[in-house]
Amino acid sequence: MVPVSYYLVVSAIMFSIGAMGVLIRRNALVVFMSVELMLNAGNLAFVAFARMHNTFSGQLFVFFVMTVAAAEVAVGLALIVTIFRTKNSINLDQMNSLKG
Amino acid sequence: METASGLFFSLVPLIVFLPVLGLLINMAFGGRMGEKAIGAVASLAAGGAFVVSLLLAYSLSVHPETVIVPFAEWIHIGTLQLDWAFRVDTLSVVMMLVVSGVGTLIHIYAVGYMHEDVRFKGDEKRFRRFFVFLNLFIAMMMILVSGDSYMMLFVGWEGVGLCSFLLIGFWYEMDTLGRPSFANSNAAKKAFITNRVGDFGFILAAFIIFWAFGSFQFDEVFAKVPEIAHAAPWVIVAVTLLMVVGVAGKSAQIPLFVWLPDAMAGPTPVSALIHAATMVTAGVYLIVRSAPLFSVNHSVQFFVSMLGAATALFAATIAAGQYDIKKVLAYSTISQLGFMVAAAGMGAYVAAIFHLATHAFFKALLFLDAGSIILGMERGHHHLAHGHGDSHGEVFDPGDMRNMGGLREKMKVSYWLYLIGALALAGIFPLAGFWSKDEILLDAYKHYPTVYWMLTVAAFLTAFYMGRQIWMVFFGKPRTEVAAHAEESPRIMTVPLMVLATLSVLGGLLNMATILGFTLPGSHLLTEWLGHTLGEAEAGELNLIVAGLSTLFALLAIYFSWLIYGKKPLATGQLDPLKKPLGPVFFGMEHKWFIDEAYQFLFINPYRAISRFLADKVDWAFWHDWFHDTVIAGGYNWISQVLLNEYADQRGIDAFANALGSGTKRLSAMMRVWQNGFVRTYALTLLVGVIAILGYLLLK
Repeated sequence: MVPVSYYLVVSAIMFSIGAMGVLIRRNALVVFMSVELMLNAGNLAFVAFARMHNTFSGQLFVFFVMTVAAAEVAVGLALIVTIFRTKNSINLDQMNSLKG
Repeated sequence: METASGLFFSLVPLIVFLPVLGLLINMAFGGRMGEKAIGAVASLAAGGAFVVSLLLAYSLSVHPETVIVPFAEWIHIGTLQLDWAFRVDTLSVVMMLVVSGVGTLIHIYAVGYMHEDVRFKGDEKRFRRFFVFLNLFIAMMMILVSGDSYMMLFVGWEGVGLCSFLLIGFWYEMDTLGRPSFANSNAAKKAFITNRVGDFGFILAAFIIFWAFGSFQFDEVFAKVPEIAHAAPWVIVAVTLLMVVGVAGKSAQIPLFVWLPDAMAGPTPVSALIHAATMVTAGVYLIVRSAPLFSVNHSVQFFVSMLGAATALFAATIAAGQYDIKKVLAYSTISQLGFMVAAAGMGAYVAAIFHLATHAFFKALLFLDAGSIILGMERGHHHLAHGHGDSHGEVFDPGDMRNMGGLREKMKVSYWLYLIGALALAGIFPLAGFWSKDEILLDAYKHYPTVYWMLTVAAFLTAFYMGRQIWMVFFGKPRTEVAAHAEESPRIMTVPLMVLATLSVLGGLLNMATILGFTLPGSHLLTEWLGHTLGEAEAGELNLIVAGLSTLFALLAIYFSWLIYGKKPLATGQLDPLKKPLGPVFFGMEHKWFIDEAYQFLFINPYRAISRFLADKVDWAFWHDWFHDTVIAGGYNWISQVLLNEYADQRGIDAFANALGSGTKRLSAMMRVWQNGFVRTYALTLLVGVIAILGYLLLK
């Protein structure tokens, strides 16, 4: 049986890749996918711990995370599409008008 | 014996809340109701309280033990557990019956009286206010007599004091003759302040009671009396003497009686209800209620009865030298209250309550009838003023007996009723006053001979001044045009008087004495009735010496008064015939033995001097001129002068404020750099923050 720590290491690596992607990529779509990667890293950790403690609450949480992620995708993609229509680009560095 | 349930005891809160309901209705809707409806509501409220009192009396006749009806929580602090509970026992129910019964009759009378009074005084709007106050008074008096602790009694005690103040100063912007003046409001203040002195004694007594007995509740206090009386007798002495101070204030005893004659500034129904029949007897009620406290110390008892007897005698001498019809009655009330206090002091509690009840009947009758006579004179005065076409040329005093005379022709009903009241007060057999006064005299005869002789002389004087009044008011020829045109009062005023007159005649039946060894059926009613609360008392017996002597004295006094005032009636402008033979003595009686002047000299003037010193010297010269102007304002000016220069102001304060501004500017310029608008930077900041927090949590 594979020890839990293995899963956690995989999860940590996935999370770091996702975080790096969010920080350094400029394409909004890629950033978006990186966010999904981080969420799924979290899911993996949840399932691994659920298995370890022999409870269902971790698996239950995963369902919530997936639901929220799906909703987020719907909203986020809609935003990206709208931004692309107005700016003709999805480069994140061009979206700096919030600094006031 | 039946149980208390199923009887009417639980109705007892209504004796307070029916009058309160009446006054609320009159306050809320009285403006649109008209005089008749206002009077009806107020009288029904008082009458309702009377009906409830009757039901309570019936319940007690079935179940004579004390019943305590808890009503509301009031104060719970530490060991102090103070609740509003109603105490229904034979004593409190007697008081309830007197208060609500006489009160209802006076309400009805007042409907007629105030109808005219507000018109003579020229402010018809005040009709409603009068009945609101009157109902408030009944409610407060009921709280007083039904309270189950010294504190509830005190609440009522203060409440009736307030109503007394409000009603004495009812026509606050004029004097008794309707001229613009502060006289009435001064009389109200005098009553209120004099009563504060007494209340001070009462509240101290209450504090000592709580300190020594650990409770305010009557039964709990009385249960501990034997123990405390043995361990610390001085506590009982202090409590009772301080209570007597309160009694002296409320029941107008020496030395605090001075407010009661001035209280006659109030409308006559007020004088009858508050200042004769009910409120002023609260002090007597307090002594009787505290009987277990008073009974253990004989020197206190002797002191209280001497105080009562001295007041009875002293006030009686003043009453014989007064000219105002209501002033005579006022001093007579003080004198009769002296009788009651003397009786209560001797331990003759039943006699005190008996006299309290009969006195309520005949003194209310006399006052109300005096009001009817004064109004009759007013009517005559108005009749004349209209006839001659001029209004109020000179001020006319309708209450001055020297302006009256011959009224028995003009006001027949009032005359006969007044005669009954006067004979009852003088103690003529078989009217009510005879029985109650005799019981007091008999007890004094047995226990304290000094008190007995003082009271006997006071009783002689009582008969004398009442005789003087009757001859002066009703006999002879009218001494003024006004008296010749006086008119009788309407039936709404005379009918309640007839009821009171009946009570004054039959009141003796309340507690018939044993006559010559024969005990008639129904004798000693009150003695047995109160025995359930006050313990068994000796049943009164008609002592032939005492009764004979007092009757003889009363008849003699009336004969003397006839010799002096009746045989040769006073002529217009004639001086009092007693003035010459008695000389300075009558001068003293006429001027109330200069008590008011003495108080002016002894208390009021020094008090004014102290207040003037405090106002002029301490407040104005010291605080205002020196402390505020010199110290505070001067010091402030000095500090400003010191600071107002280049170094302190420009380089110190200004520079600091400027530095604050420029520093903020620089800081914001520095921090603006962080805000670059790139989402990635914010995300990085977030990540760094999360890592920092997680790192702290992991490594701490």
